[in-house]
Amino acid sequence: MDAPALHERIKEQFGDRVLHFEAGAAQPWLVVATDAIAEVCAFAKATPELALDNLMCLSAVDYPKETPPRMEVVYHLYSYTHFHSIVLKVHTPREDAHVPTVEGTYGVANWHEREAYDLFGIAFDGHSDLRRILLPDDWIGHPLRKDWVDPDFYNGMHVKPTQQMADRSMAGEKLGVGPFDVTPPNRHVPGE
Amino acid sequence: MSTQLQEQYGWRIEDLDTDEMILNMGPQHPSTHGVLRIELRTDGEVVRAARPHIGYLHRCFEKHAENVDYPGVIPYTDRMDYVASMGNSLGYALAVEKLMGIEVTPYVQTIRVIMAELQRIASHCIAVGTYGMDIGAFTPFLHLLRDRETILDLFEWTCGARLLYNYNWVGGLSHDVPEGFVRAGRQFLREFDRVTWPELMDLLIGNKIFIKRTAGVGVCPPELAISYDLTGPNLRGSGPARDLRKDVPYSGYENYEFEVPVGKGQFGPVGSCFDRNWVRAIEMKESAKILHQALDRLEKMERADVREKVPKRIKPAKGEVYARSEAPRGQLGYYIVADGAGINPYRVKVKSPCFTAMSIFHVLSRGMMIADIIALIGSLDVVLGEIDR
Repeated sequence: MDAPALHERIKEQFGDRVLHFEAGAAQPWLVVATDAIAEVCAFAKATPELALDNLMCLSAVDYPKETPPRMEVVYHLYSYTHFHSIVLKVHTPREDAHVPTVEGTYGVANWHEREAYDLFGIAFDGHSDLRRILLPDDWIGHPLRKDWVDPDFYNGMHVKPTQQMADRSMAGEKLGVGPFDVTPPNRHVPGE
Repeated sequence: MSTQLQEQYGWRIEDLDTDEMILNMGPQHPSTHGVLRIELRTDGEVVRAARPHIGYLHRCFEKHAENVDYPGVIPYTDRMDYVASMGNSLGYALAVEKLMGIEVTPYVQTIRVIMAELQRIASHCIAVGTYGMDIGAFTPFLHLLRDRETILDLFEWTCGARLLYNYNWVGGLSHDVPEGFVRAGRQFLREFDRVTWPELMDLLIGNKIFIKRTAGVGVCPPELAISYDLTGPNLRGSGPARDLRKDVPYSGYENYEFEVPVGKGQFGPVGSCFDRNWVRAIEMKESAKILHQALDRLEKMERADVREKVPKRIKPAKGEVYARSEAPRGQLGYYIVADGAGINPYRVKVKSPCFTAMSIFHVLSRGMMIADIIALIGSLDVVLGEIDR
């Protein structure tokens, strides 16, 4: 089946919960109502003529400049039986982003969703083990959001030293922050 | 311990049974193929549950990619799977070419196939060699590294680098192959066909100890493999003959004759550690077969400018693409979103085959012996640089 036919079949089942079909794109996509995504995935996998049994990729994208600002979660599905593929998208607001998990249908979604949670801050409802995966557990913030600003401190350590601080430290001053606590051993410290 | 907690494979110390113990394997364990920490919940020698912790090599490739222009991403892709860099940059180049609608010349395609297959052999040399070493066979590793060295020499001769090549550019290649490359390539293949490969099959794959150690360990049924998106040799070891080079050919792979080996389960259930490694070993032979054809083809071709189709300015129109290629470790996918405004990608997401292979680990390792955990990690052939990105 090609993408329009797949769209027809899913539309037939879910009606107006399929919000939009972008047929003109090189790889056409369906926008699905956020609360329907788990059912759509389960249906796409279980129906023999669709048989979309493989979740190739699950990615999140941040669109702060769209109106209204939103985040998208993109599901690339593929069928090992029929060799066809389809792209599903769901929208979620940037603040308090929530998407149902598809872990029950595709096992691999467990880690992909943890990654999206870690780097974008999208919460996946019903996920069995929603923890940070790539970043440390005590990390604050979600770096792949477009409004991310690098922090100056991590766990009380100054991680973004300025050139002035480096110069002052090399001159022997004790700055009292993170990496500059220790005076370089090969330097003569004036006044000591 | 409550069953619900067991389901979630999360635990607290006070939930443990008297006989149970938490054992941290890694992150500096040599057989974890990088820095991987696995939290094992053990009962004597038996693993009740395992929880992998990744991220020790994380440098947020995807954030880097948003801050450099399209060709600037290629060196970063090299550093993901550092054992098979050619495959990574090829995947990225294919994705951007698909986004911009660039068709590369057959000459470039042929060289790309040669490089990709040489890289596949080199990568499988590491995979199978270190696997032998993990489970106690040291010698095959040295034999295989010797041959990988020859391939790295060929790469160095072509583009100056031994590991991180920046070779596959969008629309072309950084360098043409040097004079005499075809002859040197044939010389390598002669050595490989007559010495290395039969030696590998005799010394390691057909070794009785190796078979006893790996057959029937870490069995992964095909449905589970597809649900967890195992790809490449890991999937083929479980039975399905799915190879992108056959199913959705790219770079002119449809013009080459080769077989797709699948796990047969000669010594136990299909989909065990043995099958995955057997598939890798046979794949090396198939890659050599492709290389013979590609070198013949290259010899007959007129030399051409390999940077002919490289665009002066890479600025794709607004759009998005998901492109996959068959890297040595499985399907490598790039999801690229272009906003049409800047010269940077708006979003690059990498679906790394090692990431998905690692995500099945907690399922396969349940109820195993601790010693078999080592055999399982090695047979999945993960490279942590690609998992953590």
